[in-house]
Amino acid sequence: MNAPNERSAELAGIGEARLRKEDARFIQGKGNYVDDIKLPGMLFLDVVRSPLAHARIKRIDTSKAKAIPGVLAVLTAEDLKPLKLHWMPTLAGDVQAVLADDKVCFQMQEVAVVVADDRYIAADGVEAVEVEYEELPALVDAKAALAPDAPVIREDIADRSEGAHGPRSHPNHIFTWEAGDRAAADAAFAAAEVTVAQDMLYPRVHPCPLETCGCVASFDPVRGELTTWMTSQAPHIVRTVVGLLSGLPESKIRIISPDIGGGFGNKVGVYPGYVCAIVASIVLGRPVKWIEDRIENISTTAFARDYHMSGELAATRDGRITGMRVKVIADHGAFNSHAQPTKWPAGLFSICSGSYDIPAAYARVDGVYTNKAPGGVAYRCSFRVTEAVYVIERLIDVLAQKLSIDKAEIRRRNFIHREQFPYTSAFGWQYDSGDYERGLQKVLEAVDYEALRAEQAAKRADPDCPTLMGIGICTFTEIVGAGPSKACDVLGVGMFDSCEIRVHPDGSAIARMGTINQGQGHPTTYAQIIATELGIPSDRITIEEGDTSTAPYGLGTYGSRSTPVGGAATAMAARKVHAKARKIAASLLEVGEADLEWEIDRFQVRGDPERAKTMKEIAWAAYQHAPSGEEHGLEASYYYDPPNFTYPFGSYLAVVDIDRATGETKVRRFYALDDCGTRINPMIIEGQIHGGLTEGFAVAMGQQMPFDAQGNLLGNTLMDYFLPTAVETPHWETDFTVTPSPHHPIGAKGVAESPHVGSIPCFSNAVADAFAHLGVTHLEMPHSAYRVWRQLHASGVAL
Amino acid sequence: MSTRTVTMSVNGEQRRAEVEDRTLLIHFLREQLNLTGPHIGCETSHCGACTVDLNGVSVKSCTVLAVQCEGAEVLTVEGLAEGGVLHAVQEGFHQQHGLQCGFCTPGMLVRSYRLLQDNPDPTEEEIRAGISGNLCRCTGYQNIVKAIQYAAKRLKEAQSVSA
Repeated sequence: MNAPNERSAELAGIGEARLRKEDARFIQGKGNYVDDIKLPGMLFLDVVRSPLAHARIKRIDTSKAKAIPGVLAVLTAEDLKPLKLHWMPTLAGDVQAVLADDKVCFQMQEVAVVVADDRYIAADGVEAVEVEYEELPALVDAKAALAPDAPVIREDIADRSEGAHGPRSHPNHIFTWEAGDRAAADAAFAAAEVTVAQDMLYPRVHPCPLETCGCVASFDPVRGELTTWMTSQAPHIVRTVVGLLSGLPESKIRIISPDIGGGFGNKVGVYPGYVCAIVASIVLGRPVKWIEDRIENISTTAFARDYHMSGELAATRDGRITGMRVKVIADHGAFNSHAQPTKWPAGLFSICSGSYDIPAAYARVDGVYTNKAPGGVAYRCSFRVTEAVYVIERLIDVLAQKLSIDKAEIRRRNFIHREQFPYTSAFGWQYDSGDYERGLQKVLEAVDYEALRAEQAAKRADPDCPTLMGIGICTFTEIVGAGPSKACDVLGVGMFDSCEIRVHPDGSAIARMGTINQGQGHPTTYAQIIATELGIPSDRITIEEGDTSTAPYGLGTYGSRSTPVGGAATAMAARKVHAKARKIAASLLEVGEADLEWEIDRFQVRGDPERAKTMKEIAWAAYQHAPSGEEHGLEASYYYDPPNFTYPFGSYLAVVDIDRATGETKVRRFYALDDCGTRINPMIIEGQIHGGLTEGFAVAMGQQMPFDAQGNLLGNTLMDYFLPTAVETPHWETDFTVTPSPHHPIGAKGVAESPHVGSIPCFSNAVADAFAHLGVTHLEMPHSAYRVWRQLHASGVAL
Repeated sequence: MSTRTVTMSVNGEQRRAEVEDRTLLIHFLREQLNLTGPHIGCETSHCGACTVDLNGVSVKSCTVLAVQCEGAEVLTVEGLAEGGVLHAVQEGFHQQHGLQCGFCTPGMLVRSYRLLQDNPDPTEEEIRAGISGNLCRCTGYQNIVKAIQYAAKRLKEAQSVSA
């Protein structure tokens, strides 16, 4: 028998930097992404889109397109009407036009689809469809949406005084959502020694995964079954939606998420292209593929953010925060199709009191329609958490500047202290665990913060210094792992997740999950959880996800929920298997279950470790002769409904040098300390953090989706939309502390979104800090060289 | 739509096929030859997911017509491994966790292969510049740089053994 430490190492369980099992196919060009799928007789669908942001459709002439050899069908809203599929419900309680019905409400809206033998002919067909529009005035500025004379965008619901989330005050008003205690917050402000206020725009951005969205719909008219391969982060809920729309029973619908080329929130929703491909396949009886191009991706499928925020803090003169108020105008575009838990129109935005013990707080979000693409997804974050963290982490810096308190020190003075957990915030969230001082202290020591501040002071004193130096700090707390089904659902389905484990006779195993990998390493890390729980080597465990006909129902992967919810389900399913294995071992060893103790990969008799049965032996026995009263086999499934969210946190510090001549910002150093509770695979965690930091860098320094007054999106290709290359991307330094979640079966909290959420305000804080001595408190994102250059001139420090 | 016959060597194998004049190399490889390693991530030659090696130069196959490749030698990710043995760049990406979703990986690998052919001992700065035509949304490039450094070391070791 090998020594315990050797057997433990063989498992490659929790805590091991195990190399990824799924790499083999990707490095050899053998991935299976949706556009790689090719079926006999498959057709290709392409979309006719509106060049205008707001217009009435006068006429659509499809005859020339239909005359092109190889074009099989052209569908418009008129063709979908008899099927009642020209509109579809959104996940947010609104409806969205599948194909424009009478008018278009955003540029690039879907007007018609062409189905043809191949993608080239389909594109020819799109060119040949003639659409005549009567242009209407466009509403672009969300802050003007509720003006009495604002153009009415949604004529279909203009007269409704009640929306999915309460009363509506204007045809362009979607919802008003409030959290916290307004009276208490107002009282705190009335009594405050000091107050600060700052307006800030979190601009509209796009998750822009490298693979765009797409699907292959294949309806089998003989069996009456629909199989659809789809780039979906939530295939099971898509199956339920497709069932509702099509009238087919879910048992006849199979949604398969194949390999996904990145999601970042872009692939949560149900898009018109999917619906049209499914309809076309049902109508034509042949498989139909739809793959959007990059311009379509950026222009139409699910933007993120677009929050116009006004934040205020009340405080004592020594920097102790006593109150917080935030008001937001949320631009949701032309249809409210954001992907959030259905009852949460502003997601989890009320986590905006952050890592700080703020006694009174109030937040209000007003959602409005504009002539822009619909969406509002969580771009590598839990729902609206990025916006929430941004507002508090910017405001606390503004307060520090007003009071001339160091930006690390003001955080220390306001932290929720370790002994206060579990902590209930003024907004009512129950933070599970945290140790904020320890993380911040570790970072400050690692970078020698005092020396950095001394260097900054010296540079500020030197009028000839060619750069402005900024130091940004962000001590964020996230709320992830949606979520407890009493609070969170999608279209009424509770946001649990699931795992089903089967141990085979030879002691190897397969586990199927309700989540879906998009590069996070699920096939590797879920196996590690099972390895530790069951003593089966990770390499002998296969993980399968994404096929609704084989996997248990789950809500999918977004909002950092795979580890908090899916990972918990995995551990709990494994524990059910473990409990049965104990019974079998007791029977085999002819002792009572209480006489057994678990040791890495085996049950041994207490006090007599030579008498033992390994999990491998138990697996064989489970199929050979089940103990009396037990079924054969060794398997279990678990649907895990989390008792609470998890609250990962971190301390980040950035040092930037701004060129006073060009406005270019160079990131000299970025130090990221994350606490995600128990760490399953440190290699994968580090990779996730590198990626999240890079996406945060992209958002803070370059990403935006600007519109002109007519509603034209200015920049919808990778020529204009900033995705950093290896040259711009900074070098990342990572660190960690471990504060396990007390309510999660293995103490894990989720990690992949923290670096995105935490780094963005850190960059903004660094850029603003570079100008702090000049009285500047805030610069709007993205911090492009041009914008910073303008501030250099405005502050009179340009060279 | 007029068509013509093209002949080219793809991963060391002579391929001859009828293509439309307008067929892009990426579609020819993916749809006619079923080589789905190279991917399509944009239509403006920015993302590099479609990168292949064409006559010893990295190209974005979404911006090359198949008919331009008459008589050419094309290498895709499927041709990197030899005799079932992974190329050092493939091994490096696995060992150094240089990939996550895997979508950019085929283009990134073929580009890394050519980079190391042209410059067997690149600095980090040269690696970063050398892969700047290939976008990755997942890794932040840090581990890709390490993967290429790993491959450079392995290739050098292999060379000194054979010498």
